[in-house]
Amino acid sequence: MNALNKPAIELAAAIRSGEISAVSAVEARLSEIATRDAEIAAFVQVLNEEALAAATSVDDRVATGEDPGPLAGVPIALKDNLCTRGIPTTCCSRILEGWKPPYEATVVSRLRNAGAVVVGKTNLDEFAMGSSTENSAFGTTRNPHDLSCVPGGSSGGSAAAVAAGFTPLALGSDTGGSIRQPAALCGVVGVKPTYGRVSRYGLIAFASSLDQIGPFATSVADAATLLEVIGGHDPADSTSIPEAMPSLSECLGRGVEGMRIGLVAELCDGVSSDVARRVSEASEALAGGGATVEEVSVPASRFGLSAYYLIAPAEASSNLARYDGVRYGMRTESSNAVEMNIATRTAGFGEEVKRRIMLGTFALSAGYYDAYYGKALKVRTLIIEDFNRAYEHFDALIAPTSPTTAFEIGSRTDDPLEMYLSDVCTVPSSLAGHPAMSVPFGSGDVNENNICLPVGVQVLAPAMGEETMFRVGAFLESVAVNVAESVAREALTSEALTSRDG
Amino acid sequence: MNENSDSARISEEAVAHVAHLARLRVTPEEQKMFSQQLSSVLGYGKAMEALNLDDVPPTSHPYPLNNVLRDDEISAGSSRDEVLDVAPVAQDNQFRVPPVLEQT
Amino acid sequence: MADRNIALLPEGWEAVLGLEVHAELLTETKLFSASPNRFGGDPNTHIDPVSLGLPGTLPVVNRHAVELAIRVGLSLNCDVRPSTFARKNYFYPDMPKNYQISQYEDPINADGFLELPSGKRIGIVRAHLEEDTGKSTHVGGGGRIHEAGFSLIDYNRAGVPLIEIVSAPDLRSSDEAKEYVAELRAILVTIGATDGKMEEGSLRVDANISVRRVGDELGVRCEVKNVNSLRSLGRAIDYEARRQVKLLEEGGAVTQETRHWNEDEGKTHSLRSKEGETDYRYFLEPDLVPLVPDERWIEEIRGALPTLPAERRRRLASARETASTKGEMYGEADLSAIATIVARDQDELALGAISAGADTQLVFKHILNNLAEGTGKLDISAFAELLTAEAAGNISASQAKTILADLVANGGDAAAAMEARASDTTDAGELETLLEELIAQHSDEWQRFCEGEQKLQGFFVGQIMKATKGRADGQATAKLLAQRMM
Repeated sequence: MNALNKPAIELAAAIRSGEISAVSAVEARLSEIATRDAEIAAFVQVLNEEALAAATSVDDRVATGEDPGPLAGVPIALKDNLCTRGIPTTCCSRILEGWKPPYEATVVSRLRNAGAVVVGKTNLDEFAMGSSTENSAFGTTRNPHDLSCVPGGSSGGSAAAVAAGFTPLALGSDTGGSIRQPAALCGVVGVKPTYGRVSRYGLIAFASSLDQIGPFATSVADAATLLEVIGGHDPADSTSIPEAMPSLSECLGRGVEGMRIGLVAELCDGVSSDVARRVSEASEALAGGGATVEEVSVPASRFGLSAYYLIAPAEASSNLARYDGVRYGMRTESSNAVEMNIATRTAGFGEEVKRRIMLGTFALSAGYYDAYYGKALKVRTLIIEDFNRAYEHFDALIAPTSPTTAFEIGSRTDDPLEMYLSDVCTVPSSLAGHPAMSVPFGSGDVNENNICLPVGVQVLAPAMGEETMFRVGAFLESVAVNVAESVAREALTSEALTSRDG
Repeated sequence: MNENSDSARISEEAVAHVAHLARLRVTPEEQKMFSQQLSSVLGYGKAMEALNLDDVPPTSHPYPLNNVLRDDEISAGSSRDEVLDVAPVAQDNQFRVPPVLEQT
Repeated sequence: MADRNIALLPEGWEAVLGLEVHAELLTETKLFSASPNRFGGDPNTHIDPVSLGLPGTLPVVNRHAVELAIRVGLSLNCDVRPSTFARKNYFYPDMPKNYQISQYEDPINADGFLELPSGKRIGIVRAHLEEDTGKSTHVGGGGRIHEAGFSLIDYNRAGVPLIEIVSAPDLRSSDEAKEYVAELRAILVTIGATDGKMEEGSLRVDANISVRRVGDELGVRCEVKNVNSLRSLGRAIDYEARRQVKLLEEGGAVTQETRHWNEDEGKTHSLRSKEGETDYRYFLEPDLVPLVPDERWIEEIRGALPTLPAERRRRLASARETASTKGEMYGEADLSAIATIVARDQDELALGAISAGADTQLVFKHILNNLAEGTGKLDISAFAELLTAEAAGNISASQAKTILADLVANGGDAAAAMEARASDTTDAGELETLLEELIAQHSDEWQRFCEGEQKLQGFFVGQIMKATKGRADGQATAKLLAQRMM
């Protein structure tokens, strides 16, 4: 492994000790992006100058004996729905094209304070609405393991950036699975924290009661460090939980001996056989590690998708009302203000965004609220109650992250419902506000392109249960290497090495 | 069950009405397409009707918190220039829009 | 008086009125963000990312705004309750997020009442928190809103905290409505919740107006907006009630709608149909959590409340009742006298003087007649002392009035002021000389007076007052007349 392509923790240590300069680490990543991102399209914007300036300042601090922080000089990619002061933040929508926020998201400030270097903004489904990154106004990101496949979504750009080795870390946002599902499809670690763990201030809202920012990393340990940096109370977010972030890194090596782990039966329904096989191998591995593993039913989770596709669009229809051509973003001129609003929104939003705005507007409208939105809120209660009942008997739960491995680009774009079904395994914990993470666990069957794509196993925990979740995640990661090696990963690594050597 | 699936339909007229509420314009083709697609999504959600939800309270906030308040102290806001610089059209230090008619 | 006649509805009809009052709360910062809450200012200078609703921003509730809202609730005898915020969704360019954060299902205050000076109680349905919008100005196109041109938007006011106070439909006339608003305003100003300036828009009134034949069910109501003063509130209500009665008497029906008051024309006119726009799609604001004020906080706020106008009126009325021994004038006039004194913030002076032993009748008389312009440097003990001297006959009423004016202008104690004025009071000798001159000038009248024409006493006293410019003591003069006649 190239010295400059270390995992985040090792890289930060090497930079803090002066062994490697932040500038050289960042330059290496930037040149990698310049060489290979044309075909993957993980980034919508690469911040060469800003990144080098930030890296220089990290090196200066090291030189003067200051500690630049736990992520000193570590290159990181940000999903382009996180506000960066003075740097265009678009949500990959025409309606926000070129918009420069006059303020910084809380997580971005925390990253900078921890010494991390933002190297670019990554692609997403427009306003984070989608499961494949095909809904971006600025092009589709490709899965680094198989360029004909999607990287998942909506944080497909961030997942692909980490999977392709462009950055050791990235941030995404997860509303119904938008971190976990692309993490699974790209073979990286992706974490959705407890709702309220990470400040949403500066995250451009999709569905406010569900949105959470979380890390992508190549290892569970790196993800833990990143979450420690961005998590914890923020007075600028009223829904931020007023508690300090626990040390997650400390729980990683503890194993699962004596833990009670449930395999969620409902979330395994209808999952493809290769994914199901990996999940069952994961349960066996946990049992082998000394945990008690049993199947558990979370009955209301079967209704998760139905509730989610009312609640999230309803909130989105309101959150996206502000894009009206008056104060920022694009405008399509017209004869009066109402017509201008309509013309702007009609031209500025893509089809999926319009679909969800209309669905949400309908679900909230007079005469339908009780039958749709109101009912979905009650189902949300049932889901929480059923999970809590399960957590009376189990410390953590496991499930597939995605029903399938990465699918072909264009294969699910004709039928919105089919695309929505990609979120079936991730949505229940989003509705509950519980933490969940996806850990790479081997790969699936050989696909049409003769590639075995990654499979992710999902670890779920009760609210504020991140320590337990990371403990299980780290154990799964440690045994995953014993599972049949992913052809794709090897292929990718050798290809990457070849291209570097060449 | 057929009656039920009828009630989960969004007619083309409903699509037009909802589009207007949401300040979107839809072509007749889109009206038809959205009517079909949204009906199919709502149809999937019909599964929820099997549940007895009469005594179930709604959940709007997944993590219960109360009384999150801030002190009444002024802090630096935005500079007007920074904000007006990104406005689609500004004039006399204000945001300019086509004439605002009474709501239609 | 013409207005008064127009106000009357035809025999058998009555108006049913409910008012929605929006008051801007006197906080330093906005309801959900830390930019200044100040009237006016250069356009778009009191702004921040949150009040502009920029993508990614989140609201955080201002503690002081909540405290002021609780003060309002307690002052209006409401239950202060756990409450939530909701989003009211509709598009309007002066509203940065195209939804307004307001309290909908669970207002912070509910089920209270306001007591009018007449004693009538007006129900308060709710008093809830919400954010204000920005302001748009129409430019060009002849200045008419319907014509071409463009609009300019200033978001300085966006996010200013408002309390919306919704009355029950308990008001029955424009006078009562005005009385309600005046009383409400007095309460809100007294407790420091708002500055109450209707002309600056910090207090705004919308009126829900319906009419019915006395004894009938409630009629269909119209909401009348754009009422910017108490006077226009009265005019708008009278116009709208008469319009509705006329419509119904002609066999028509009232349509539930929002109407705009045009001050120049003196008419209300229909805003374009709001069909389809009234669907506000309210739902709980996911970016905010519930407010659950605990008992201790509520009691702390209650304990710090100043005495409210109704209580002050009660105290004054009760002092008046117990202390008064003569010249009762209870009823309407007395109530209105009490209300006036409290409205002028002179009730403390009245109570102080009464408890210091001053005659209640005199206290009321002087305050109402001679202190309309304010009390200046007058202090309570000086006022009481002066009135005691007047009651004892040591000084005349007119002297008392003059000395009172001195005390208002210069302060100090009453004895000194009376002393200063005494030096230029006429002595007995001067009076006698004056009287002799008068008798010589008006011998005819003097003759008739001596023959028993009593009313001429007033004539001679008046002439002496005139000659002394009011310095002469009335009683002394009368006594002198009697002596001279014998």
